[in-house]
Amino acid sequence: MSDVAHDASEFAPPAELEEMELYHPKTWIGKYVWSQDAKTIAIQYAITAIAIGLVALVLSLLMRLQLGFPNTFSLIDPSNYLQFVTMHGMIMVIYLLTALFLGGFGNYLIPLMVGARDMVFPYLNMISYWVYLAAVLILVASFFVAGGPTGAGWTLYPPQSISPGTPGTDWGIILMLVSLALFIVGFTMGGLNYVVTVLQARTRGMSLMRMPLTVWGIFIATILALLAFPALFVSAIMMLLDLLLGTSFFMPAMVSLGDQTAYDGGSPILFQHLFWFFGHPEVYIVALPAFGIVSDILSTHARKAIFGYRMMVWAIVAIGGLSFIVWAHHMYVSGMNPLFGFFFATTTLIIAVPTAIKVYNWVLTLWQGNIRMNVPMMFAIGFVFTFINGGLTGLFLGNVTVDLPLSDTYFVIAHFHMVMGVSPILVVYAAIYHWYPKITGRMLNDTLGKIHFWMTLLGTYSIYYPMHYLGLEGLPRRYFAYGDTAFISESSQDLNAAITIAAFVVAFAQLFFLYNLVRSLRKGEPAGDNPWEATTLEWQTEHTPPQHGNFSKELPVVYRWAYDYGLPGAKDDFIPQNVPPSNVVYETDK
Amino acid sequence: MSTNDNSHYYIPESSWYPVWAAFGVGTMMYGLANWLNQLKAGEDGGTHILFYAGFTVLAAVLVAWYGKVIAENHEGLANAQLKKSYVWGMSWFIFSEVMFFAAFFGALFYTRNFVMVWLGGEGGKGITGDYLWPAFQAVWPIVENPDPSVFPNPGESMAAPPLSQWGSYLPFWNTAILLSSSVTVHMAHTAIKNGARGALKAWLGITVLLGIVFLFLQVEEYMHAYSEMGLTLGTGIYGSTFFLLTGFHGFHVTLGTFILAVQLVRAFKGHFSHDDQFGFEAASWYWHFVDVVWVFLFFFVYIY
Ligand code: HEM
Ligand SMILES: [Cu+2]
Repeated sequence: MSDVAHDASEFAPPAELEEMELYHPKTWIGKYVWSQDAKTIAIQYAITAIAIGLVALVLSLLMRLQLGFPNTFSLIDPSNYLQFVTMHGMIMVIYLLTALFLGGFGNYLIPLMVGARDMVFPYLNMISYWVYLAAVLILVASFFVAGGPTGAGWTLYPPQSISPGTPGTDWGIILMLVSLALFIVGFTMGGLNYVVTVLQARTRGMSLMRMPLTVWGIFIATILALLAFPALFVSAIMMLLDLLLGTSFFMPAMVSLGDQTAYDGGSPILFQHLFWFFGHPEVYIVALPAFGIVSDILSTHARKAIFGYRMMVWAIVAIGGLSFIVWAHHMYVSGMNPLFGFFFATTTLIIAVPTAIKVYNWVLTLWQGNIRMNVPMMFAIGFVFTFINGGLTGLFLGNVTVDLPLSDTYFVIAHFHMVMGVSPILVVYAAIYHWYPKITGRMLNDTLGKIHFWMTLLGTYSIYYPMHYLGLEGLPRRYFAYGDTAFISESSQDLNAAITIAAFVVAFAQLFFLYNLVRSLRKGEPAGDNPWEATTLEWQTEHTPPQHGNFSKELPVVYRWAYDYGLPGAKDDFIPQNVPPSNVVYETDK
Repeated sequence: MSTNDNSHYYIPESSWYPVWAAFGVGTMMYGLANWLNQLKAGEDGGTHILFYAGFTVLAAVLVAWYGKVIAENHEGLANAQLKKSYVWGMSWFIFSEVMFFAAFFGALFYTRNFVMVWLGGEGGKGITGDYLWPAFQAVWPIVENPDPSVFPNPGESMAAPPLSQWGSYLPFWNTAILLSSSVTVHMAHTAIKNGARGALKAWLGITVLLGIVFLFLQVEEYMHAYSEMGLTLGTGIYGSTFFLLTGFHGFHVTLGTFILAVQLVRAFKGHFSHDDQFGFEAASWYWHFVDVVWVFLFFFVYIY
């Protein structure tokens, strides 16, 4: 069976290096700082993203203290609350999750998994990281300028983001927009790399339909990002013009603090359209890589082929396409034409179909698998569970009539934290526990990992389950304090206190994780090349961690898909992608 | 195996350039924001220095970098695979740029077909207009703003005159210039393929010249708008969208002209051959893209 297929065989990279030595950096700084190796860039991205993510976590704790114990532990004032909501949301969505999944995991995994030596444009790749770093620094700078960071909410809706009275309208909002613009510039450079590497640098035999789902997820997510980010870029530019050069694209006629503002005739709804044209795909920019990674981890640790590989690929593509025509489900309360609402509700519910297919396939992959219940697997199953939970409330919110009373309440907060906060974070952890052995050559500690998992999972459920109830009661989001509002029951204050305690438990659990990360660098058990007995190419490298150039003199040649686990009749429990058919041993003595 | 097939897989060493480039971009953007903010506040804090400094750093890096890429190409380090990658990379970049302009056109569309209509008292949200500015007439281009005390009326608009007067209508000439530059750049491409170096230099030179003339006329148009027609960025939504769209297009033309000029210099240095011309091709695709955007602009901003 000669099934070395390659749909771009004309440009398949050479299997063997001739004449040329691989470049190996000589100094520490050359290796870890000025490097153009995608793996180093990935780690730089990951560390920066996690560091800024911790800032966002601390901000959320400060908010929770205020909400849980308004008169006892309140460390912030109402303006701070708005500012922290904004920074927390924006950092979590863009600077942590987007950067970590695409810049971090994308950079590390794409070249290794498709059998390339590096990204196709290493220079651009490196600039991409440094521009991202500049964007993060400018964002952080907004904490230190006069007036502090903007308090516009992560959606940056005008008029609130522009009108005087909102915190940070002098400086904060400008730095936020500039930082976002830089992020997009940096991301575009990285994104071109990921897409072209997948299209162009696959090794011999790695046809598109043999790629691991991780690569598929990141690939489609990157395409979404290349198409969606320009809309955010454009709205940032137009808002900057409104702020600085006296146009009025987004600002209606209004009275602010008793005075007529210098604007009129603009349309805040136009901003909402532009923002959500970016914003909804953004959800999938985060979710698709998570889908892909989870598929691979489930299959590996269940020792079973992923159920319905082709269906999984097409579901990713379909979700990606559909995600561009659902954006206005975030705008049901903007007074839109009911027919419009009907259209967007329908498309939103249609997207549930491919999404549900994915969930069924994950469950069917687990079905009768030979499950190895280790830490990455626990996080991956935790994801499936949480994603179903969050997805179900999404069906509520997708319907106009149900959404109207729930909009802007804690029900929404609970929904999106479940579906795009907790779920992707669980995948981030699953992925780190899964690939850390390849990245460092050492295993993470199992006990610490299990403590981390259970505290995080139970903790986050204690945070977000009660929030559904608070939302149904009508507790509005983005409020510093509730006073004596009649419809809010007395006991909801107790619930809020409990939620805050749970939030601290979750935050505390992350210390186990950080400690584990640092400790295992030195003290972890040596991992060997392929501790999970996985089939994908990154586990087949000669060195662990892989060197610059990923593979040694010869690139692997791929003969099969990534999911040959427990192949019927085969002697081995798993067959790596680069094992030729002739080398597979079958049980003949039966 | 010759050096120009797949026998190499290029692995670069470590480099400082990207760090400097990021530093340049960061400083430039930060400086720009500061500068504009100070302009708004009516002071001159001198932060435009930051902007220029960042820009200089960035430009220096780009020059050095591009030079390096060309040198690597000459050493034969860039193989067929890498070249194919450049093609894909450029295509996806242009795709992303298409979305960038699509967002601008979307904003224009929304403003014209929804917001303006509502402010004129028609449609689903027409009550806003009835209530705020009952006298406002919803006709595009808007030369009578709803509230001239906040946004002064532009004296006149850029709208196209009847066909018979197009002879003195600048945007028409600009369209003609850009369209013919698309043809000339294509001629230059054909010349490379045929190995006609003289023709290559001539056609490419003409293209760059046409780009410069376009930009010159555009500046002329802007000055005319500001000083004589009273049409500025601050004269209501018509002026705002007009300058926004044509301005960003002009910015892209500037870039495109610059890139083509670099290719011209390379042509004079004897670069490019019939099978090695990606730098040139990329520049010409970009140029075609910019032209197509202009055709849309001419239709939606000027004529329609
Ligand atoms: C332990 C972890 C977390 C806690 C305790 C937490 C807590 C909070 C709180 C208190 C708010 C403000 C609610 C309000 O007053 O409206 C909020 C908003 C938000 N959070 Fe989280 N959060 C956590 C993790 C995350 C993650 C991982 C994400 C990633 C997507 C995220 C995304 C957001 C967003 C987008 C908002 C909305 C911001 C806005 O209204 O503008 N959060 N979170
Ligand atoms: Cu959405």
